[in-house]
Amino acid sequence: MVQVTQSTVIDAPIDEVWRILRDFNGHESWHPAVATSVIEGGARVDAVGSVRRFRLRDGGEFREQLLSLSDAKRTLTYCLLEAPVPLMGYVATIRLKPVTDGDRTFWEWRSEFSPPATRRDELMRLVSDDIYNAGFAAVRGILTRSRPGPGNLGPGAGQAILVPDASSAPTSVDASRALPSVAPPRSADATTKAIVVERHGGPEVLQWRDVHLPPPGPGEVRIRHTFVGVNFIDIYSRNGQFDLLRPPAVPGMEAAGLIEAVGRDVAGFAPGDRVAYACPPVGAYAERRNMAPELLVSLSADISDEMAAASLLKGVTASFLLHDVYPLKPRDIILVHAAAGGVGQLLVQWAKHLGATVLATVSSEEKARIVERRGADHVIIYSRESFAEAVMRFTDGRGADAVYDAVGADTFAGSLAALATRGSLVSFGQASGPVGDWDVGRLASKSITISRPNYAHYTDTPEKLGPHVSRFFAAVRQGIVTVDPPKHYPLARAAEAHRDLEQRRTTGSLVLTV
Amino acid sequence: MAKVYVSSVVPAPAPAVWQVVRNFNGLPDWTPFAAESRIEQGAPPDQIGCVRNFGLKDGGRIRERLLALSDYEFSCTYSILESPMAVENYIATLALTPITDGNATFAEWQADFDCPPERERALVQQIGAGVFQAAFSALKQRFGR
Repeated sequence: MVQVTQSTVIDAPIDEVWRILRDFNGHESWHPAVATSVIEGGARVDAVGSVRRFRLRDGGEFREQLLSLSDAKRTLTYCLLEAPVPLMGYVATIRLKPVTDGDRTFWEWRSEFSPPATRRDELMRLVSDDIYNAGFAAVRGILTRSRPGPGNLGPGAGQAILVPDASSAPTSVDASRALPSVAPPRSADATTKAIVVERHGGPEVLQWRDVHLPPPGPGEVRIRHTFVGVNFIDIYSRNGQFDLLRPPAVPGMEAAGLIEAVGRDVAGFAPGDRVAYACPPVGAYAERRNMAPELLVSLSADISDEMAAASLLKGVTASFLLHDVYPLKPRDIILVHAAAGGVGQLLVQWAKHLGATVLATVSSEEKARIVERRGADHVIIYSRESFAEAVMRFTDGRGADAVYDAVGADTFAGSLAALATRGSLVSFGQASGPVGDWDVGRLASKSITISRPNYAHYTDTPEKLGPHVSRFFAAVRQGIVTVDPPKHYPLARAAEAHRDLEQRRTTGSLVLTV
Repeated sequence: MAKVYVSSVVPAPAPAVWQVVRNFNGLPDWTPFAAESRIEQGAPPDQIGCVRNFGLKDGGRIRERLLALSDYEFSCTYSILESPMAVENYIATLALTPITDGNATFAEWQADFDCPPERERALVQQIGAGVFQAAFSALKQRFGR
């Protein structure tokens, strides 16, 4: 959501300015960008609820509805119903106030809307300059022309747009740029099927498309995916919470498959090699992609593609959370939130193997059974009881040494309450929303340590990533962690997988099949 | 209930004007009518609830309580506890709004109060012109126009 506010002072009495502005169909006669306008259904211009349909001088057609009009406060509010530009959720208010010192008028024009992230600046400029400031100048021109004399604001104020003409009028609403599009395939190159995030938003922004795929460049390999992992980080990059993806672009950071082609200057990989990866840049939700091979993991025969795509990112995450972020010690007591989820199940099993006592939270009885099977010492169904109280009861008032929390907003306060003195909160996700602002001083009451690890900072070089991959695959081979077969969705139906994951309808991992 | 509303345009950016007017103890610095001022009980002048006690150049004394102060909205609301004007339930708000076109400030000052009906006209005139507009005129002059 962005806000645009522009304001000016018109050198005319407030009633004169208001007479012009309160006519909801009147912009046709004063705004330089508006070519024609009608009120639909012959409704009155001051009937709240009336809809004006208008065309700009450059041809774009808009519909706006009057939401409120007050002659007492001299305000009017309206919203956009249809437009050729993505001014989503646009609601605007015009407000006039008298300047008693000089019988002039203060005019404020403000709006809120939710532009696609990539067009934010352009659309804010369009609204503030081409609509609001151009409107100020036009009304000033009309009123100061009709009231000649020494009251003018300054030489030439507003004169330039008394006679708006199509070539110079500020009407740059360019309908041809209304929708971003992934570069169309060039004829010389191949294409591949992919899921494209058109703009930041809900699962519906995931579109199944042909995208351009050039041959691998120097230092790149091309991979034909077999399975693609679905992770919460994909949701955060889709909706814009994390700055990982700039639409339009292909999401996804985890997949397995075969090397199909190798560019110049690539050593160590050849066509036919089985590989997997769990790293940026995004681009995994595609049949094929090119990428640098530094962070590719070679798969041995006992690790299936399906298993690698389902668990590599989660396994590496669990590994660095337990070994680097808060190095777990035998006999630690820990709490794992969302323990039936992909990372959650790995944390429970692995922490048990390392000698910890593991308490876990889940949302349902069914999920509690799964987590018990994974070896948790005590499972709390957080909708039935306060998990912080349950932890204190279980530990005789001592609290947990560490809490692994990827739930975020809903659990953060409880997690702090559940910690022992000198405990650590590992906040590694925000499935329920950002945790907001907290007073660091309050942590002193228990000398709490909080960490907020970012996946990339623990995995962005082969040196950092390698030990976690080896450790995780070793844990799989030795049966220290068991990964259930993931739930399958066709790649084209990635939106469905996102919906299920966001609505907590899943346990374990999700993969897209290619 | 009587109402006074005065507004003006100050030729300076709103944050700069706010810096001058937000000081609840600063009337002698920027208005032509206040001679001296102090905050009772040594409270900081931006503590909500503090009381300013200031002397007028014509000799009267006024005590006013700070009810609200917003650095976000550039506004300040206060009530009169004691004054020579014999008004009751007097609450006033001074607010600044940026004028983006020209980088100036729209300044508003309004007050609501009760008084005997026969004195209303004179009090509205006295407060509107003698206090609020006089202060705004001084602000406009201070910022150069």
